[in-house]
Amino acid sequence: MAQAAIELIGINKSFGTVQANRDINLVIERGTIRGIVGENGAGKSTLMSILYGFYQADSGDIKVDGKPVSIKTPNDAIALGIGMVHQHFMLVQNFTVIENVILGAESEALLNKSIAKARSELERLEREYGLEVDPDAVIEELPVGLQQRVEILKALYRGAEILILDEPTGVLTPAEADHLFRILEQLKQQGKTIVLITHKLREIMAITDTVSVMRQGTIVATRETAKTTVEELAELMVGRRVLLQVDKGEPRPAEVKLSVKDLTVKDSRGVTMVDNVSFDVRAGEIVGIAGVAGNGQSELIEAISGIRRAVSGNVMLDGKPIDVTGVCDPGELRERGLAHVPEDRHHVGLVLAFEENENSILGYHDQPKYLKGPFLDIDAIRNDAREKIEKFDIRPGDCRLRTANFSGGNQQKIVLAREMEQNPEVLVVGQPTRGVDVGAIEFIHKQLIAMRDRGKAVLLISVELDEIRSLSDRILVMFDGRIVGERGPEATEGELGLLMAGVEQQEAAE
Amino acid sequence: MSTPYAKLPGWADYGLIPLVNLLVAFAVAGLVVLLVGENPFRAAVILVDGAFGSGQGIAYTLYYATNFIFTGLAVAVAFHCGLFNIGGEGQAYIAGLGVGVVCLAFDHVLPWWLTFPIAILASAAVGALWALIPAYLQAKRGSHIVITTIMFNFIAASAMVYLLVGPLKPRGAMAPQTRQLAEGAQLPKIGFLLEPFGLTVRPSVPFNLSFILALVMAVVVWAIIWRTKLGYEIRTYGFSPKAARYAGISETRIIIITMMISGALAGMMALNPIMGDQHNVSLDFVSGAGFVGIAVALMGRSHPAGIVPAAILFGMLYQGGAELAFEMPAISRDMIVIIQGLVILFAGALEHLFRPTVQTLFASLSPRSVSMAAKGERA
Repeated sequence: MAQAAIELIGINKSFGTVQANRDINLVIERGTIRGIVGENGAGKSTLMSILYGFYQADSGDIKVDGKPVSIKTPNDAIALGIGMVHQHFMLVQNFTVIENVILGAESEALLNKSIAKARSELERLEREYGLEVDPDAVIEELPVGLQQRVEILKALYRGAEILILDEPTGVLTPAEADHLFRILEQLKQQGKTIVLITHKLREIMAITDTVSVMRQGTIVATRETAKTTVEELAELMVGRRVLLQVDKGEPRPAEVKLSVKDLTVKDSRGVTMVDNVSFDVRAGEIVGIAGVAGNGQSELIEAISGIRRAVSGNVMLDGKPIDVTGVCDPGELRERGLAHVPEDRHHVGLVLAFEENENSILGYHDQPKYLKGPFLDIDAIRNDAREKIEKFDIRPGDCRLRTANFSGGNQQKIVLAREMEQNPEVLVVGQPTRGVDVGAIEFIHKQLIAMRDRGKAVLLISVELDEIRSLSDRILVMFDGRIVGERGPEATEGELGLLMAGVEQQEAAE
Repeated sequence: MSTPYAKLPGWADYGLIPLVNLLVAFAVAGLVVLLVGENPFRAAVILVDGAFGSGQGIAYTLYYATNFIFTGLAVAVAFHCGLFNIGGEGQAYIAGLGVGVVCLAFDHVLPWWLTFPIAILASAAVGALWALIPAYLQAKRGSHIVITTIMFNFIAASAMVYLLVGPLKPRGAMAPQTRQLAEGAQLPKIGFLLEPFGLTVRPSVPFNLSFILALVMAVVVWAIIWRTKLGYEIRTYGFSPKAARYAGISETRIIIITMMISGALAGMMALNPIMGDQHNVSLDFVSGAGFVGIAVALMGRSHPAGIVPAAILFGMLYQGGAELAFEMPAISRDMIVIIQGLVILFAGALEHLFRPTVQTLFASLSPRSVSMAAKGERA
């Protein structure tokens, strides 16, 4: 057995009475890739934060390379050769790559000298690990895949032997993710130890040597990746059997409910985000729009649902036009049967400071059933909220609780319950399962399918390709504001991935 | 959760933290008193005794508090919509014009109980209109409401100076003020309400019916904000303009309505000095109540149940401060302003200064409160 790079022995950590980590024992061998999977709140991030010095464990010991250590701050962790690549990059947007790499590790008083010293070291790292990035490029001009390389370079530059990656593929295209995996593979060859935190089981299967599953603060199992299956891991994570593949019958598409024609939308800076897009969504089908985040999907559904004004184009709802270029009131669209689950539930779909019941009427607060004259009918609102809590199994089932105190999955259920229970004709859904745990994903997917089977039209956008593929009856791929292809649900990931990266289009242009 | 801060229980959030802020403000004020060579403890006794030691003092304290309840509510309503209305001073000042015109027109014709409702409407309407212009500019043109409301304070002040030295001044009079109002525009004193508590109040003390109106408005504001559809929309916009847009709430409409309610509340403040005390409209009768309202709203957490006690506290500083300046010659009127300023600084501007310390303290004292923060508790 290879030597242990990290040993965590009997780690406990509580926040009040909530035990985030319970008696954790974890040994990670040098030169391996270890996956750590678990639902939101299972304690993965807490554990890694203890290892990286953000938190102190209440009890337990950490050994690095067999020697007991005490890690009080991230600086201690860095000194011990532990590096971390965060989910949200910690880069200064208007600095160059090399400036970001040396930030906080400047060797000289004068910046010029530090940079000159760093340059040769950086070039060596880039060569050795296949991490090519132009050291003088400005961060904000780099695609996210390259920005992530800079994060990795930052850790390596500080002498990291152990690299922790927190949900590294969330923002990447499938091709970029593949490239990242090749880099990680190469780092492993060079003897580095890698810890990969993710909720995507497919990635675990693709790249890790061993995988540890966390549930409710404990490590419930550690498996050799080669000897386990996605199904087994999912079951271990949730504690029961999970349907990963959504069961759904044949679609029965009927009349066109939502028709988008030549829609063009610009963002606040005047950049064209949606460029002459046309498509239809019929009753009884789910149309999925795939694409890497930032290719116009967000602006598209915002324009359709009346939040953002379009520059030109026509949108018909149930055969009658929506004034997408003029003053378009989301409230009026709701009355006409268009419901919208927004991508950003924290700032758009919910008011986190509100009680749950207050959020369960957001956008529908004009309806007479919630009002007594100008006053809110508090009893009616709360009873209505309790019914939705019951029906959508929202936990904890307290309609007076502040919305911020619900987990991501339950917050999303609050939004879905609100929008679906109005029985709309058309449902526009953005990122329905972002930051939602596996158990809730299953539930949400079932609800969306049930909606389709009731003969409603569903327009789905998601950056999770798996989600698009398993739910959609037709898949449209968006790249650079245009719809670059339409495929059936049987399309392979590779095929869609190429479209999402705009490859076909570039070839056609050449 | 980055640090194990405790989620504070309600009594600590609304009681303990303001109290700590207040004690620090008084401690620093005590140092200032020490600096001018007076005994800070004796000063504190004089201040509190002057404000609450006699029926007389209490009545004066409540008279001043009346002003601050109105302006505090005005600021609070705007806060709920995410707007910072600094224009309470100007809105109250210009509303004096509305009150004045109504009183001058009716004081010889109608009894006070008919003049009063008309004057209430006039003060609210003028205050609301004065707030309407900055609100419109914010909603339609994006001119920042803080800037425009401040500028409107100056415009209001200049306009009132012009009117009080010109059109509103009786011919031949020397003072820049209107003529004295007749009985039909004089609100009854309510000092007798304190008598059951064994307190005697001389009839000259200006504690009057507008105090009751202020309390009624506190209840009305509570009902509007937490019990009506309008209040729901105001709070939605205040917490998250994006969510309001998503919910189909018109930004223009909600900003304008909220600011008009805010302006109307500030405007009603004019009733208290004009109809309740001086019985005329004089220069600078608002004398800073609009700005004190900001501190009152901050200290009262924008909730009427907090605003009323906070207003009484500032009423105490005004009344007790006047006594203090009288009793201790070394402490001038300006020193009182310094003390008031310190309270505003610690209770208002530095409201969150001691919060982390108190939270850490709670976390170490009772681990349960931390779990409440993690699991959540009833809002």
